[in-house]
Amino acid sequence: MTAGANRETVTPSSLRLVLTLAIAGLISGIAIIGIYESTLPTITANKARELREAVFKVLPGVSQMQALVYRDGELVVVEEAKKDEPVVYGGYDDSREFVGYAVPAAGPGFQDTIAILYGYQPAQKLVVGMEVLESRETPGLGDKIYKDAEFVGGFSALSIDPEIVAVKKGTSSNANEIDAITGATISSKAIVRIINETHTAWSGKLPAPGSEPSIKASEPTSAEGGQ
Amino acid sequence: MKNNQSYEEFIKGVWRDNPVFAQVLGMCPMLAVTNSAVNAVAMGMATFFVLVGSSFLVSSFRNWIPKQVRISCFIIIIATFVTIADYTLLALVPKVHKELGAFIPLIVANCLILGRQEAFASRYPTRLAVMDAVGMATGFLLALFSLGAVREILGDGALFGVKLFGANFEPWVIMILPPGGFLTLGVILLFFNWFKFKKDEFLEDVAEAERSGH
Repeated sequence: MTAGANRETVTPSSLRLVLTLAIAGLISGIAIIGIYESTLPTITANKARELREAVFKVLPGVSQMQALVYRDGELVVVEEAKKDEPVVYGGYDDSREFVGYAVPAAGPGFQDTIAILYGYQPAQKLVVGMEVLESRETPGLGDKIYKDAEFVGGFSALSIDPEIVAVKKGTSSNANEIDAITGATISSKAIVRIINETHTAWSGKLPAPGSEPSIKASEPTSAEGGQ
Repeated sequence: MKNNQSYEEFIKGVWRDNPVFAQVLGMCPMLAVTNSAVNAVAMGMATFFVLVGSSFLVSSFRNWIPKQVRISCFIIIIATFVTIADYTLLALVPKVHKELGAFIPLIVANCLILGRQEAFASRYPTRLAVMDAVGMATGFLLALFSLGAVREILGDGALFGVKLFGANFEPWVIMILPPGGFLTLGVILLFFNWFKFKKDEFLEDVAEAERSGH
């Protein structure tokens, strides 16, 4: 190593030190703003597309959606939910008939917060689909909550009256029971708990079946990801 | 001669002074994100981009950066590249970005990168600095990949998500859990040290034979 070959021998003035850092910071700031601005549209579009795909997945037969929030005692249609405001997505079929709600929910898993979206049909009190949006569960074990087709498929017609119960694999017999995954019991129970808790939180706020808000725009652009 | 030196700077990072196996640097991403080959390669590429970019800039501006504030300047440069890598991954491959999570921003704290700026890029001409960075980053990428591949094959029976064995394969789950990282790294380090030891022994033998021959 030829240490110090290019090092200055005189002490530079404080002004020079400050200026060097200021210029470095300025250039760095411009670069970061540049990359942020240029990737933001793609990132927002990705998120919106992911959400739409998830909503359509958990609510079979749905072709349109709109964001709904609970304000002043009733469910109202919004373009975009406020930050940290609980939101559900109403799903409607081709003939603009209400099909069900896609409800974002989140709660602690085995490693970190699990964020999911589940489809809910209020008329029959059925969970009709579940999609994991975000999870850091253990690869090979806990990640079966979205890789195990049998487990995910178990949410296609699950009664949530009074609540979902996770039971040992192969022992589900009632309409509100689902087989937990062997080797991923904690993660599968976490999913069930998250759905139950979110269902309880929303149950008083959703209008009676049949009086859901009708769809406003013909093709509303989906709101920002409600995680 | 010139090309020789570039090549030398490149190959030392890949093999002799491999940042992971010889210098044991950058252990945090090494152990944390190598539970699958894809994650390991994505992390390696992000680090590659940050290291080469930073070394290029630091070396280009090495005569303008006063030594009293050099570390702050290096960190500003590194952090900028990391932010660029972070947003680019988020926009282009959101799935991989989700898996790597907090470890992308944490590249700033990878001692391998700051180490190369302080030890090499800030003292040598740009061409050599870039070759050094390319070599080190390639070495890091290879190390991440070998760990990720071993862990994914043993722990999940797959490589890059493609199942390698039949249904009878019982995955060795501990390999993709954190302890598996330590185990695999330990075995690979053992191999590297054994290899180095054997090589030194061999070179000594050759020298001995030459001496007695003359």
